[in-house]
Amino acid sequence: MSESNTSKSMTHGEAGLMLVFSISALLCLFAAAKALDTAFAFHASLASAASLWAVFAIVNRYFDRPASLPAREINGRPNYNMGPIKFSAAMSVFWGIAGFAVGLLIAAQLAWPALNFDLQWTSFGRLRPLHTSAVIFAFGGNVLIATSFYVVQKTCRTRLAGDLAPWFVVIGYNVFILIAGTGYLLGVTQSKEYAEPEWYADLWLTIVWVVYLLVFLVTIIKRKEPHIFVANWFYLAFIVTIAVLHLGNNPALPVSVFGSKSYIAWGGVQDAMFQWWYGHNAVGFFLTAGFLAIMYYFIPKRAERPVYSYRLSIIHFWAIIFLYIWAGPHHLHYTALPDWAQTLGMTFSIMLWMPSWGGMINGLMTLSGAWDKLRTDPVLRMLVVSVAFYGMATFEGPLMSIKVVNSLSHYTDWTIGHVHAGALGWVGFVSFGALYCLVPWLWDRKGLYSLKLVNWHFWIATIGIVLYISAMWVSGILQGLMWRAYTSLGFLEYSFIETVEAMHPFYIIRAAGGALFLIGSLIMAYNLWMTVRLGEAEVQSPVALQPAE
Amino acid sequence: MSFWTRHQIVEKNSIVLVAGILVVIAIGGLVEITPLFYLKSTIEKVDGVRPYTPLELAGRNVYVREGCYLCHSQMVRPLRDEVERYGHYSLAAESMYDHPFQWGSKRTGPDLARVGGKYSDEWHVTHLANPRAIVPQSVMPGYAFLSRTEVDEAGLAAHLRTNRSVGVPYTDEQVANAVADLKAQADPENAGVDAFTKRYPKASARNFDGKPGAPTEMDALVAYLQMLGTLVDFKLYNEKANLR
Repeated sequence: MSESNTSKSMTHGEAGLMLVFSISALLCLFAAAKALDTAFAFHASLASAASLWAVFAIVNRYFDRPASLPAREINGRPNYNMGPIKFSAAMSVFWGIAGFAVGLLIAAQLAWPALNFDLQWTSFGRLRPLHTSAVIFAFGGNVLIATSFYVVQKTCRTRLAGDLAPWFVVIGYNVFILIAGTGYLLGVTQSKEYAEPEWYADLWLTIVWVVYLLVFLVTIIKRKEPHIFVANWFYLAFIVTIAVLHLGNNPALPVSVFGSKSYIAWGGVQDAMFQWWYGHNAVGFFLTAGFLAIMYYFIPKRAERPVYSYRLSIIHFWAIIFLYIWAGPHHLHYTALPDWAQTLGMTFSIMLWMPSWGGMINGLMTLSGAWDKLRTDPVLRMLVVSVAFYGMATFEGPLMSIKVVNSLSHYTDWTIGHVHAGALGWVGFVSFGALYCLVPWLWDRKGLYSLKLVNWHFWIATIGIVLYISAMWVSGILQGLMWRAYTSLGFLEYSFIETVEAMHPFYIIRAAGGALFLIGSLIMAYNLWMTVRLGEAEVQSPVALQPAE
Repeated sequence: MSFWTRHQIVEKNSIVLVAGILVVIAIGGLVEITPLFYLKSTIEKVDGVRPYTPLELAGRNVYVREGCYLCHSQMVRPLRDEVERYGHYSLAAESMYDHPFQWGSKRTGPDLARVGGKYSDEWHVTHLANPRAIVPQSVMPGYAFLSRTEVDEAGLAAHLRTNRSVGVPYTDEQVANAVADLKAQADPENAGVDAFTKRYPKASARNFDGKPGAPTEMDALVAYLQMLGTLVDFKLYNEKANLR
């Protein structure tokens, strides 16, 4: 085929990546043969197969594509690259449902321990990281990559940088998720909260993340707009800081390059500080900065109103990224971490309340003059309620970081409830809202298949969240109080197991809340699927094709 | 030039923006983390803390692999009820050889920082295999499969060596005798017990899972649990000694 078209030739990227993946396929095969444990053998084989697939995919694409690569502009209008975004958006829905379902299972395990089945692959300890990684990194991560690639193109009025690079990012990232997730089930874990993947998964993520940063940054550099839009500041802060946190928290020495087990470079108290510097800022930059970027693009777009205050966005951007980094030690109150570090962590956590609410105000007030749309547009309602949950969770967080409050709340379900107020209410809802906007845009549909179903999703999920967080407030505070209760004779009033027993009804309510949230997401998946399948195609108006003068 | 016009430099120059972000996010981490590596008060010196024996290390690796930290903390806080329930509050030195640390963040089950010696070996073996056989209200998963898996001896010395590379002071002798020490600790009849206890003072050698044969992961995990929090003798510990 290439002979018939003499002008067609492989790009450096295609040839280079084919070479790299060919070598990687061989190396991984070799590693699989030499593997010291079955999990490593499985992952090396998986990586080898994925590399081979990548080689074939690149060859395939080469034969199928026209001689010239897609133009950056057509008729003076940017030729946006939507393929990788569609992939990432679809993966986010898939991982979201998977992650919520595993969450429901482990919630049920705490109420009915027989559901652990006493098998190593299905015990709570292995499934819990699967749940957290699936919802945070797989669902949330794919939403962030999809929306960031969309927003950066639209707000810079230019095509996404790179030809194969964006595909490398979206597929490479999901391969990382696959390796991490299957690893947890097989017992491959560093047992550092939210940083469980072992050394080889971490290395692979580092490569993917650097390419992600490059694609995003080069697209900004090529922009046709003089200013970098505020959402892109937040996306940049998210990408850059996650890179720093990932490198800082994960330096590990493998026992063998042919085995999955490694020992982390940091030990004891230093490891604790690194871990919660990472852990808290995974919340701060992955689950906050990244999703604030979504808020800054999708709420103004959906409400058809400009961002409320440009100056507020400048102040709260710099304040939030400066203050967040300090807040980690509030996860280590009253531990063997030195007091000065705990006090710093608490002080900055309380200060963090202000820029957090600055962001919330900027998001909510963007609706000035458009509040009536909340009645008619359930997608906008979802986005706005997510910001309200953000405000609630970022008030609760500073409260819980106060040492005396923390002495009660720490180690209890209150923390779990707090995390889910943020994760289900803020991250979940803002992601759903963004997906409801994004899918019709990406597939050129006039609108969603059904706004009524969005309404159902909104209410079912909201009731689920309320059940979840109120059950966790009650169980958390109850257990904290039971632990410290004394009888009139000065003895501890409750044995530990009595406090476990008292949790049972709340664990059932929590599981019910989680089930409602899962049902809501299934409704969303159906709605989005039908939008793509049956939705009325958007008719491009002929005026839009005129070159802009 | 007002602040707002000045800020446009950042908004119009992506590299300046990235550099600004990097500087702003670096400060907090640098201030909070770097002093922990050189301030002597971070980890006070106490007697008794030693690296894990090969069997305990293998047990700790099971603990790490199964994600026990998701439900059990290993950090007793200096609060009245915790000290009464679990024992003396945890010292930084007690986890100084822990890679990774396992302080945990949730107590679905009780704290384990000082669980060592609280229950018999048999209690642990029965409880791990079927928690509800001993504690009917427990929500812990069963780990009967640990008794069916032998500890992997082949890579054991490499595990000690890797730990040494990240700062755990294993001696050459301890590394060289890793497998011998593993076998000796799980079998009180073993000829190497004396040499083992010389290399790991006060470590206890016994058949932890109560079954004959090569050391299993159950042996290892119980050995690890039974030493947790027992290294420092708090009858001799002087709280004031390290005040600065």
